[in-house]
Amino acid sequence: MASAATANPGEHLPEPPPPASLNPKAAALLADLRTPLVSHGRSLNWISHKISNIVEAKTPLWWWIAFVPSFLLMLVCFGGFAYLIFTGVGVWGENQPVAWAWDITNFVFWIGIGHAGTLISAILFLTRQRWRTAVNRAAEAMTLFAVMCAGLYPGLHVGRVWMAWFLAPVPNQYAIWPNFRSPLLWDVFAVSTYFTVSVLFWFTGLIPDLATLRDRAKTRGKTLQAYAYGFFALGWRGGNRQWRHYEMAYLLLAALSTPLVLSVHTIVSFDFATSVVPGWHTTIFPPYFVAGAIFGGFAMVLTLMIPMRYLYQLQDLITARHIDVMCKIILLTGTIVGYAYIMEFFVSWYSGNQYEQWAFLRSRAAGPVTEFLHYLFPNTFPVLPRAPYWWAYYCMMGFNVLSPQFFWFRWCRRNLWMVMFVCMLVNAGMWFERFVIIVTSIARDYLPSSWSMFHPTWVDMWTFTGTFGLFLTLFLLFIRFLPMIAIAEVKGVTPQADPHTGHGGGFGFAAGPQAEPTHLQPGGESMAVTSESGTRPRRSTEGAAVPATDTHPAEPVRATPADTQGRKKKK
Amino acid sequence: MTTTGRKLYGVAAELPTAADLFHAAEQIRDAGFKRWDVFSPFPIHGMDNAMGLGKSAVSYIVLCCGLTGTATALLLELGSALYLYPLVVQGKPTNIFTIPAFFPVIFELTVLFSAFGAVFGMLALNLLPRWNHPLFNWDRFAAASDDAFFVVVEASDARFSETETQNLLTKVGGTNVTLIYDED
Repeated sequence: MASAATANPGEHLPEPPPPASLNPKAAALLADLRTPLVSHGRSLNWISHKISNIVEAKTPLWWWIAFVPSFLLMLVCFGGFAYLIFTGVGVWGENQPVAWAWDITNFVFWIGIGHAGTLISAILFLTRQRWRTAVNRAAEAMTLFAVMCAGLYPGLHVGRVWMAWFLAPVPNQYAIWPNFRSPLLWDVFAVSTYFTVSVLFWFTGLIPDLATLRDRAKTRGKTLQAYAYGFFALGWRGGNRQWRHYEMAYLLLAALSTPLVLSVHTIVSFDFATSVVPGWHTTIFPPYFVAGAIFGGFAMVLTLMIPMRYLYQLQDLITARHIDVMCKIILLTGTIVGYAYIMEFFVSWYSGNQYEQWAFLRSRAAGPVTEFLHYLFPNTFPVLPRAPYWWAYYCMMGFNVLSPQFFWFRWCRRNLWMVMFVCMLVNAGMWFERFVIIVTSIARDYLPSSWSMFHPTWVDMWTFTGTFGLFLTLFLLFIRFLPMIAIAEVKGVTPQADPHTGHGGGFGFAAGPQAEPTHLQPGGESMAVTSESGTRPRRSTEGAAVPATDTHPAEPVRATPADTQGRKKKK
Repeated sequence: MTTTGRKLYGVAAELPTAADLFHAAEQIRDAGFKRWDVFSPFPIHGMDNAMGLGKSAVSYIVLCCGLTGTATALLLELGSALYLYPLVVQGKPTNIFTIPAFFPVIFELTVLFSAFGAVFGMLALNLLPRWNHPLFNWDRFAAASDDAFFVVVEASDARFSETETQNLLTKVGGTNVTLIYDED
């Protein structure tokens, strides 16, 4: 309802100055938090044009340069799977006792990556983290493609793929039903539900943006595009009577996806935790796996978004602050993961169980660190033979626990090369984590007579490399044909979307930004002026709009007056 | 039917900002109209109240679908594992007290059915998909998904009057007041 402020929309309440007692650091933090999510006070039309134009413009050269190798790698992946189907599961390096190796490692790796997308789209939605709007679409797409890559592995690991229907909850030829008490069956339900709900969530978010693309295609006279986008937009009109149900559906999908995403990696961890294998049989696994999944997923989100942000000049939508907060999430989850690593190590010692102790110390950790401890304290620490997989364990620890600690420093969170470097280490480290958990535990099981190392074959390696091709191919097709940023949602977090602050809000918009589109007038260009970093945009009453912070120079406004008006006139 | 022989759908007007649209909606609500709507490129906070609309019914649909999912999972698991073919695995019992092991599937199917309920319930309540609509006949309407704000009062509203409604829309700040016809 109309509040006191809305009753008199022309009146601007002056922004209270920060209290004089505030120390400079706190004042800077406050200014940072108040920075608008869309830099340079961009107009609604600018947002539509900027994001839609990625899809509408001619395919850039770099896209082909990225697409062709990705596509070829995808064919390698399919080739590897075809070879496996025609020859048998023995083309992989699995042996006894290492019956689960790269395939399950890759399955957990890919499905974990997906979790960040759902975290951004669901959990950050429920917690009102409005910055999520700039990255949620691409992150959800990443979820879908990562789950597709993940789903291939267990399906093909069954060996005889034509028997994969045994996974389904139907009785087999002897009328025996699958065992509903088995974590492997829970996994089938969890992953398939996760994929389906993610698709529904993603598509629901896309509907208003597809309508935007439809309307733009119609205005530009592109009939085929208008029909294609219009078909999938389902006739969306954007009336409040539609938005009201839409918002409720979106809220409920977020509320459903939140426990769902936590359940998925919990159930994946049950595959291990409910067994009696030392190194797997651990109660800490569910929260540890979920934190690790979010950790690795955010690294992949940044790995994808930072190049996209540069290539499509999206710095006003995905600002330095967006990257900063994602780095903080990586730091938080990475530290939780580090705690889990240390805790499971401690518990294996504290349990007094020699098999547990062996799994953690003798087959994983014994290596340079224990040798160094022995060198320092020869009487306390005995000489241990190097663990068979010590290198994997040290990679895991270094990449996942130590490398995110860089993000304690603001400079590291703001330097994109540094962010990319750490994210690459985390991507690799999370793969090593799954490899360490899966392979090292079963390579050294209860009977020393059956111990064996795992050696991947060329099929293992090329199939895994190929899944990156599949993933990137799908992602590149997505950014080519669908809006990679949620247009309607980003508009919703701009100051001018708030109906309660009077005309134009207070974030650097000269009177009524939508009036007769001021951004189309030459004066509107002034909004593209940049300012020194850290300043908060001033109110319009102070004269010229002063935009917000960002470190990059303002790019020229793409929707120049001439072309936008031309587009509109063309009808 | 109008004098031109085309069926009138309603009268539309354009508002400059989200805040203006909000206040216009409050006035149209207070004027007692029932069949009208406001159009914006994004959902506007508080607009449901400004239009006098209640809570969306999607949540009830989701609740029903979720309960159906729970019931389906219980039937599937208990029916098969307790009655159709009790299977002893690792010497574990096959009675109802093993139900904790059935919870993951119950949870997943509850979520799955609820999510379908949310999406398809939302579409059903919005009467979508519907690819044609009189509003699409209005050239200017394409901007509703870009940066324009519209209010449309339908001719089927009991209080609708071609001239007076146009005047009302002008009074609440609307510009570009246009009559929308069913067939163009």
